[in-house]
Amino acid sequence: MSERIYFNEMRDKFGANRPGYGALGDWIERAPPELIASRKLEAEHFFRRIGITFNVYGDVQGSERIIPFDIIPRVLTSVEWARMERGLEQRVKALNAFIGDAYGAREIVAAGKVPEDLILQNPAFQPEMVNFRPPGGIYVHIAGIDIVRVDDEHFYVLEDNARTPSGVSYMLENREASMRLLPDLFDQYRVLPVDDYPEALLATLRSVAPATATREPTVVLLTPGAYNSAYYEHSFLADKMGVELVEGSDLFVRSGIVYMRTTEGPRRVDVIYRRIDDEFLDPITFNPTSVLGVPGLMNAYKAGNVTLANAVGTGVADDKAIYSYMPEIVKFYLGEEPILQNVPTWRCREPDALRYVLDNIAQLVIKEVSGSGGYGMLVGPHATKEELEKFSNKLKNNPSAFIAQPTLALSTVPCFVESGIAPRHVDLRPYVLSGADRVRCVPGGLTRVAMKEGSLVVNSSQGGGTKDTWVVEV
Amino acid sequence: MLSRMADSLYWLSRYVERAENLARSLDTAQRMTGLPSSYAGSTNEWESVVITAACKDSFDEIYSDATRANVLEYIVGSKANPCSVLACIATARNNARSVRTALTSEMWEILNDAWNETRTVDPRNLPQKDLSRFLASVKEASLRFDGAAYRTMLRTDHFWFQRLGTFIERADSMARLLDVKYHLLLPDDERVGGSLDYFQWASLLRSVNALTSFHWVYRESVQPWLVADFLILRPEQPRSLISCYKELNEYLDQIAEAYGRQGPAQRRVRATLSQLSNAKIDDVFQSGLHEFLESFIAQNNELGQAISQQYLS
Repeated sequence: MSERIYFNEMRDKFGANRPGYGALGDWIERAPPELIASRKLEAEHFFRRIGITFNVYGDVQGSERIIPFDIIPRVLTSVEWARMERGLEQRVKALNAFIGDAYGAREIVAAGKVPEDLILQNPAFQPEMVNFRPPGGIYVHIAGIDIVRVDDEHFYVLEDNARTPSGVSYMLENREASMRLLPDLFDQYRVLPVDDYPEALLATLRSVAPATATREPTVVLLTPGAYNSAYYEHSFLADKMGVELVEGSDLFVRSGIVYMRTTEGPRRVDVIYRRIDDEFLDPITFNPTSVLGVPGLMNAYKAGNVTLANAVGTGVADDKAIYSYMPEIVKFYLGEEPILQNVPTWRCREPDALRYVLDNIAQLVIKEVSGSGGYGMLVGPHATKEELEKFSNKLKNNPSAFIAQPTLALSTVPCFVESGIAPRHVDLRPYVLSGADRVRCVPGGLTRVAMKEGSLVVNSSQGGGTKDTWVVEV
Repeated sequence: MLSRMADSLYWLSRYVERAENLARSLDTAQRMTGLPSSYAGSTNEWESVVITAACKDSFDEIYSDATRANVLEYIVGSKANPCSVLACIATARNNARSVRTALTSEMWEILNDAWNETRTVDPRNLPQKDLSRFLASVKEASLRFDGAAYRTMLRTDHFWFQRLGTFIERADSMARLLDVKYHLLLPDDERVGGSLDYFQWASLLRSVNALTSFHWVYRESVQPWLVADFLILRPEQPRSLISCYKELNEYLDQIAEAYGRQGPAQRRVRATLSQLSNAKIDDVFQSGLHEFLESFIAQNNELGQAISQQYLS
């Protein structure tokens, strides 16, 4: 692998702290490693104690693990954030418009901007949703937009998550942890708060209640159960919002209306923040073997008696093939230039692009169009010869299943690792909430860290960690 | 509230209470075996632990003798025993995990800590010192859990169902303990209340943390019928059957009031409570303590089922 210069978010090339990093940079300089190590230990104890764990599929041994938390916060200035926030709002508006169009008139296809087969052949396309319009025309109530930074000015969107993005509980708990562990630093900064996220989420969910709901609509959070990898987050969010955390078996549908079983008898449900995938929602409409869902739920949904968040079929907008069209999608629906940029992307379904990708595979990152979680991807510069060859064959056999991107020089931030303080690559996942009334977005988001030296993979299922993200006034 | 949530709250509280009662049983057995047999009597204290825990049959399938090692292994944490101390803690913690939103963070942390601290305990290798520490930590976890529930939970149906689990379980285990001590362990030829075996009765009181309080209430020496009176009929004694039923009655009343509806559970609890309130210990002994306790255990079970049917499913 060739030596590359990575953008260091804390220090410029002369070794000076960048805006926002002043006090933190000094603190890192002065704090003895033992102090940082002891705070790190304290943090681990804190997370274990309150049970912030995630389950790893296929790992029987330690089925409850804690995600490594790096105590050194990552800093963004309020100026950087303000621009990003405008870009995020723009992007989710475009996503919602696109999904409505994809299940409606398909004007964007008629205009020749997006090929129709990318919509119709998409495995996440749900025919059930055609010509159905959810309340407020909102499909993606909760979006997680993955962003990477490559230099002083450029933030790229790496991926849109429009189905059931997770991780927001870590954003909130990380802030709790760093406020406990770094009170001395908080004294020197004005950090924009994030703890109103659950309230914003509840307001968003209430805003999309069906017209038949009462003035105080009943919102619930639907979880697959305690064995799901994100169960902690489900219970955390339900608790903070003060809504019931339900499993499929707690709900039933009668005459097209959804009820939950309570100690006082059935109670009507208006909005379901569901954290289970489309195909498990309703065994009558989708996967008949699913025991996680609620029979008849789709009927109730399409009758307009209950709102699902996110809507069914949003996956049509967040795969990596559609991703490459996002700049056109923004322009088409909003008539604006995109504020956030896409990573240059080669669509292997196009013959010229495929030829280029095959010729330059060792320099590129190849991703499966419908993959997620860092699975099924090839990082060219890190791959062996055999791996490259194997992947080339996969590409040739089914080109339209893949896209390729240049290996980005992801920015680094200082992290506390075994050898001391060292730079590690990070990304950022801000959470964007779209209600019938407005778009809400708490400042910052979840910073994910590739804890292994040189690694670019930040996914928690593959050894990634997290950091608190500070948007600071400068 | 969700029925499933009420069910989990009810059962996790039962499991915490059960873990504590098992730990108390083991603790008592441990003390008794430290006494010369002329003081402790000829009974097998370890066997009585198994009988009280209502798992004699399943125990006998695996072991031929109720030795210290066998009973400890089985009751502390054998994989074959779904109601071992460790299994109770794990089940309670799992239930808690699935209804975390119904618990306060203090309650959750106590259960999670208890689980984290005890899951490495090896029931086949528990030297005296470690056993005592283990049992103490289980009792303490239960006390802290109870205290946390009492001090931190909102007084809504969450709290009431949690309490119902505690007191149904406590009443059941108290009745079983009395039954075993009085009628299964005393040799046939020994008249109840005959040659006073102080240490037997004292150990029974000690196992429910009631030895000192016994003397405060009666100011007499420990006698079998007074012990029964204390643990069945005296409202001052917080673990007595009547105390449990006063609590059960109160919480079921609050639920009925909040929901605006009475049901079979409320009728049952009132019936049993009035039986206990009107009973005299002499009459109980006259018509047979064993029969009295057996019928109580059955009624208590039926109340548990009535609660399940009415609210938890």
